[in-house]
Amino acid sequence: MKHGIGIVLSGALAFIAFLGAAFAVDDLFRQHMWIVFFVLIGFTALLMRNADFAPASPADETAYLDEPIRYGVIATVFWGVVGFLVGVLIAFQLAFPDLNVEPWFSFGRVRPLHTSAVIFAFGGNALIASSFYVVQRTCRTRLFGGDLAWFVFWGYQLFIVMAATGYLLGITQSREYAEPEWYVDLWLTIVWVAYLVVFMGTILRRKEPHIYVANWFFMSFIITIAMLHVINNMAVPVSIFGAKSYSAFSGVQDAVTQWWYGHNAVAFFLTVPFLAMMYYFVPKQVNRPVYSYRLSIVHFWSIIFLYIWAGPHHLHYTAVPDWAQTLGMVFSIMLWMPSWGGMINGLMTLSGAWDKIRTDPIVRLMVAAIAFYGMATFEGPMLSIKAVNALSHYTDWTIAHVHAGALGWNGMITFAAVYFLTPKLWGRERLYSIRMVNWHFWLATLGIVLYAAAMWVSGIMQGLMWREYDEQGFLIYSFAETVAAMHPYYVMRATGGLLYLAGGFLMAWNVYQTIRGRVRDEAPMGREQPVSGLAAQPAE
Amino acid sequence: MSILKNHAKLEKNATLLLIASLAVVTVGGIVEIAPLFYLQNTVEKVDGMRPYTPLELAGRNIYIREGCYACHSQMIRPFRDEVERYGHYSLAAESMYDHSFQWGSKRTGPDLARVGQRYSNEWHVQHLVEPRSVVPESVMPSYAFLKDKPLDTAGITGHLVANRRVGVPYTDDMIANAESDMRTQADPDADGSGLESRYPKVKIGNFDGKKQELTEMDALVAYLQMLGTLVDFSTYDETAGYR
Amino acid sequence: METYTAMRHFADSWGLLGMALFFVGAVIFAFRPGSRAKADEAARIPLQDD
Repeated sequence: MKHGIGIVLSGALAFIAFLGAAFAVDDLFRQHMWIVFFVLIGFTALLMRNADFAPASPADETAYLDEPIRYGVIATVFWGVVGFLVGVLIAFQLAFPDLNVEPWFSFGRVRPLHTSAVIFAFGGNALIASSFYVVQRTCRTRLFGGDLAWFVFWGYQLFIVMAATGYLLGITQSREYAEPEWYVDLWLTIVWVAYLVVFMGTILRRKEPHIYVANWFFMSFIITIAMLHVINNMAVPVSIFGAKSYSAFSGVQDAVTQWWYGHNAVAFFLTVPFLAMMYYFVPKQVNRPVYSYRLSIVHFWSIIFLYIWAGPHHLHYTAVPDWAQTLGMVFSIMLWMPSWGGMINGLMTLSGAWDKIRTDPIVRLMVAAIAFYGMATFEGPMLSIKAVNALSHYTDWTIAHVHAGALGWNGMITFAAVYFLTPKLWGRERLYSIRMVNWHFWLATLGIVLYAAAMWVSGIMQGLMWREYDEQGFLIYSFAETVAAMHPYYVMRATGGLLYLAGGFLMAWNVYQTIRGRVRDEAPMGREQPVSGLAAQPAE
Repeated sequence: MSILKNHAKLEKNATLLLIASLAVVTVGGIVEIAPLFYLQNTVEKVDGMRPYTPLELAGRNIYIREGCYACHSQMIRPFRDEVERYGHYSLAAESMYDHSFQWGSKRTGPDLARVGQRYSNEWHVQHLVEPRSVVPESVMPSYAFLKDKPLDTAGITGHLVANRRVGVPYTDDMIANAESDMRTQADPDADGSGLESRYPKVKIGNFDGKKQELTEMDALVAYLQMLGTLVDFSTYDETAGYR
Repeated sequence: METYTAMRHFADSWGLLGMALFFVGAVIFAFRPGSRAKADEAARIPLQDD
């Protein structure tokens, strides 16, 4: 029976949520469980309406399993727009605090919603979808585990919904980028193990003797995130029917564990698997092999080895022992080399096809993404130098750095992948509109430049104002004065975010129309338009 | 040349590749994290540190629930300007009972590591209800609803027990009296001797200014008012931490 | 604390040397003569079909 297992599983989870609501020991847990219950009941009903009692025809074992990837692409676009929208909201909240709506939509609760929506919902869906796509193509075999891939997709969406609704209710561990409470963490662990099984199983039954390097990056992403997630989220819940838990670690140990996780979330979630996307989609789009495959092997080992040490640079000059800070700094600086090695490898793949930057806006997105990657991975090591960090830490400079990486590198390479995948997955000849991709590119680029420039200025300015003395040796500015000085930059930043969001809406429209099978009537890109009059005349 | 041949094997064997890459990423974590659990200066005890009172713990949980850490740090770095602005730089021991830590990563608002006893209870309540009425430049959201939200007192015992499980030295006495200690701390008229003997230096007061009701505002202000006040720096021996 | 000190010493001497050698080995392996053909073949995997 089609959807049979899904209906049973979803119904059983709904029942567990119902029990959770019934026996809840605190209000937040009760409210959260009711939400989860209604979401799951709705989902179960949806599955039942689409159930088919005829015996399912056996799946074609020679074909690729692409349906979950199609859903993944749609989820990527959807969560991307949601994440950008929430980002714009909190950017405006900082400029105009009256936009805070207590209690559910105040900055402190919405901020983790923004970070999780863009990193885990937008980025995570893009990674799951593209890893399923890439691993099948480069191993020349169908995804392992049959419907398990569906479980990974829907299970991950449930994780996102639980995390997001929890934040707004005020359920959080206060660990940045690992805010979901213990029961949501447990659920993610189950989904992640299923993901590992599907991915590894596919590789193990590959028909290609060599494991393509993109799969190495995906594999180390999945296994390392599993390790980081489990260790950083070790906690003792107050009750199994309560939302609150207390971290197994405290103080210094807790801080180092959290930033070991936090930095490696950047490394193994936002860098390593996105490099895998680079190593597959860039060669595909320009139709030539990666510049140096051997460099990519060195790139892989050096980046996974160096990255894992860099965490303590988030804790410079804190109560963490000096040696740990120095270790974090040294490894962060060393990271510069493999990062730029990877960047060069990605960029040089275009050698001999540089004209495609002009004619193909998808290639343009890829090149910009790689360039932003190079910029962010130069800035990162620089910010990890203790003397620089003394100024930059706690200021908007960090925010500028993060967004140059996230909007520039992760965002743009994901947009490129979405534009690559959509026509392929739905069997369309091309995207609805290539020119819209170009518009998206410029909106995003302009948005990033505005955003990063505003935050650089405000960050450095704030850092300098905090430490400015007059000739008598008194601090010149009160803290409140430095807050007031940020206002114009916060408005500018929000404007940059709006441009980036507008690009996201364009993408959603373009993808929607492509799926519907429409093709926009438009002049092709990159060819000079014939100019009437003089220039068009051949010389005598 | 045998090593070289092995890498070729690695490239073709998925399980080996998985294990090798996991081994590579484990090294950094073990070297950096494991020693912190044994090193003297990360686990040293400093005079004055005690577990949070039940009311402070509840306030701390509200601080976490509202995401205050997103804009406020609790970690003063050893720089001249920070020490002048916020007070003595933070010690490792000062967050030894913090599960989890609240050091933060961004100062959209000022550091709060030593905000305790700097302002009156009334100032805090007014600031939380309408931030711009006392700090016109502030971009902080309003938290007026805390004043009307009754504090959950029944569940607090379980929270102390959970803290004890992760290593906070709550005694049986503290756990048995958790609920009454919570009410006593917010009631200046009650007999606070038991509370004071269990939690030295505890600040007792009607934090939210409302006589009868125990609200979330009471808890949050009680927490803010104790931040950074436990260690007495007039007697703290700077060199004791050096090894 | 003795074990810790000993491990520190080991880590920043032989441990460091060992890891550096491993890395040099990995680089040499990747760029050894004769690997080019295999690498080029692997690099073409994504281009072969869809």
